[in-house]
Amino acid sequence: MAVVAVLVRKPLEQVSGLLRRRFHRTAPAALQVTVREAINQGMDEELERDEKVFLLGEEVAQYDGAYKVSRGLWKKYGDKRIIDTPISEMGFAGIAVGAAMAGLRPICEFMTFNFSMQAIDQVINSAAKTYYMSGGLQSVPIVFRGPNGASAGVAAQHSQCFAAWYGHCPGLKVVSPWSSEDAKGLIKSAIRDNNPVVVLENELMYGVPFELPSEAQSKDFLIPIGKAKIERQGTHVTIVAHSRPVGHCLEAATVLSKEGIECEVINLRTIRPMDIETIEGSVMKTNHLVTVEGGWPQFGVGAEICARIMEGPAFNFLDAPAVRVTGADVPMPYAKILEDNSVPQLVEIIDSDMLLPTKRG
Amino acid sequence: MKKMLTAAVSRVLSGVTQKPASRVLVASCKYSNNATFEIKKCDLYRLEEGPPVTTVLTREDGLKYYKMMQTIRRMELKADQLYKQKFIRGFCHLCDGQEACCVGLEAGINPTDHVITSYRAHGLSYTRGLTVRSILAELTGRRAGCAKGKGGSMHMYAKNFYGGNGIVGAQGPLGAGVALACKYKGNNEVCLTLYGDGAANQGQISEAYNMAALWNLPCIFICENNRYGMGTSVDRAAASTDYYKRGNFIPGLRVDGMDILCVREATKFAADYCRSGKGPILMELLTYRYHGHSMSDPGISYRTREEIQSVRSKSDPIMLLKDKW
Repeated sequence: MAVVAVLVRKPLEQVSGLLRRRFHRTAPAALQVTVREAINQGMDEELERDEKVFLLGEEVAQYDGAYKVSRGLWKKYGDKRIIDTPISEMGFAGIAVGAAMAGLRPICEFMTFNFSMQAIDQVINSAAKTYYMSGGLQSVPIVFRGPNGASAGVAAQHSQCFAAWYGHCPGLKVVSPWSSEDAKGLIKSAIRDNNPVVVLENELMYGVPFELPSEAQSKDFLIPIGKAKIERQGTHVTIVAHSRPVGHCLEAATVLSKEGIECEVINLRTIRPMDIETIEGSVMKTNHLVTVEGGWPQFGVGAEICARIMEGPAFNFLDAPAVRVTGADVPMPYAKILEDNSVPQLVEIIDSDMLLPTKRG
Repeated sequence: MKKMLTAAVSRVLSGVTQKPASRVLVASCKYSNNATFEIKKCDLYRLEEGPPVTTVLTREDGLKYYKMMQTIRRMELKADQLYKQKFIRGFCHLCDGQEACCVGLEAGINPTDHVITSYRAHGLSYTRGLTVRSILAELTGRRAGCAKGKGGSMHMYAKNFYGGNGIVGAQGPLGAGVALACKYKGNNEVCLTLYGDGAANQGQISEAYNMAALWNLPCIFICENNRYGMGTSVDRAAASTDYYKRGNFIPGLRVDGMDILCVREATKFAADYCRSGKGPILMELLTYRYHGHSMSDPGISYRTREEIQSVRSKSDPIMLLKDKW
């Protein structure tokens, strides 16, 4: 266990070859883009493309966004399309839904998804259910976006993960990007989708740079909603995660590969509709499953994955029960040592993999 | 089953009129095509002047309004029967007694304007263009229903009609949002956002008032005050029962919701106000429902039969219109 003792929590760094553009080359170089910039670019491109798209939320306009995600958009598009709202979540979420019903394509920002609880009736009862209840007459092409889950030291009321809550509801699509490529492709797909889409971002990921491949720099770059991505190929164990924990899983995979355990890391990207086929295919290859999420264990994303694997063809391929690595079942504490121990940690992910009997060699 | 439903619908459409008590009104009709009537002056809040106190009713309009109100009355009474026969399930909120509101509002706006309301929506569903057949089919859970049987009583949608909303007060911000879309598109359309005396106490209604006023949205907030929020009378629910003043910084008017011409003129006035870019306005319609809150409420535990009978004999909206000629 020396390997484990040596581990120190590091911020994820994806380093790729080219960092500078060079002229007179056929293919454009990969750019370093933070998740924040990627979301900004995605929204900017969609605002430019379609007159009906607009953004509303607290501090999105003149403040440039509480987390600066909408920086520069108000200067470019003005008061009509980038709207600062009062602190009235239920009110402005309802207004956004009404505008969507009447033919516009709003992006409704919640400063964090914790505040969306005040407006959750509008998200579920007014937005999510309407297309079905109206027999297909009334669509609601709206995007609800904002940071979700734990941040750093913001304590219990500001740290809840809503993936399971929104993922529960038919009529909603729910996405959870990890990288810049995810963020840009998914926000663009969400805006172009005619259904209500919840985009669960992560505040701690906003400042993290990723290499944006050349195809992701196109104005029509979209990531399909409902498709997971295999971030790393492996043969011994399948690790499924969404949002920030994907990075931790990749770090764990690097550590474990030195022990001879090759992990296949799947980035869910979409919570609902969940791409269970990709997970099944992977489990049928590796025979072991670990799910990782920041939210609470009971009725969580991992619980759903385990239930569906059990119901499908992959069950017969499991050599051991699936393991869930989740946030601790407590309201998020404030003190750093307690907070660190309440979110899925690198050691936990590694331990859960190592405890599984795996094929070594 | 289909034959029974067809028979029921045709009975609804060819009903027998009630015999009303007689009432004298100012009128100058000979055998002409229109007549001028005096209507009640509205109470005003933050408004210098209100809707006109006289209006012209053409023969054509009079007959149209009469037919529409009678149709709604018959449709609601038939829904009552169908519910008791268990063809309609779940919730069924009827608006008989409030016909002047639905028909009067529609008469004051254009078909290109927008309307959103609460769950007591059958009347407005009809005035907004749904056929009686599609409404009754929806209530009885048939595929021919306007929402293919998937919505039911509280979730009927039509062009420029956004339901039918089950959650009390949710339609407040939704309506302000539709108004935002009207302003955004610059199409000179308005949105009528209806809610009841009970819903008026919802916080989200105040949030909607604030943002509508802040952003000058062409939203006409309409409080259909039928004196009872389910079983709770207005005096037991609201510190201030002057619902037309509850918009605070939003101008308001209180309208006799049993007189269709009053409702029509007030709606025209309010729509003109909004269209001129002055922002939102609030209308309180004083009206009454004969049925209980829903079919599971007999409606007599919190009010007396005498009260219901008194309204029926003195202020029935259909009778008031009929008496005009």
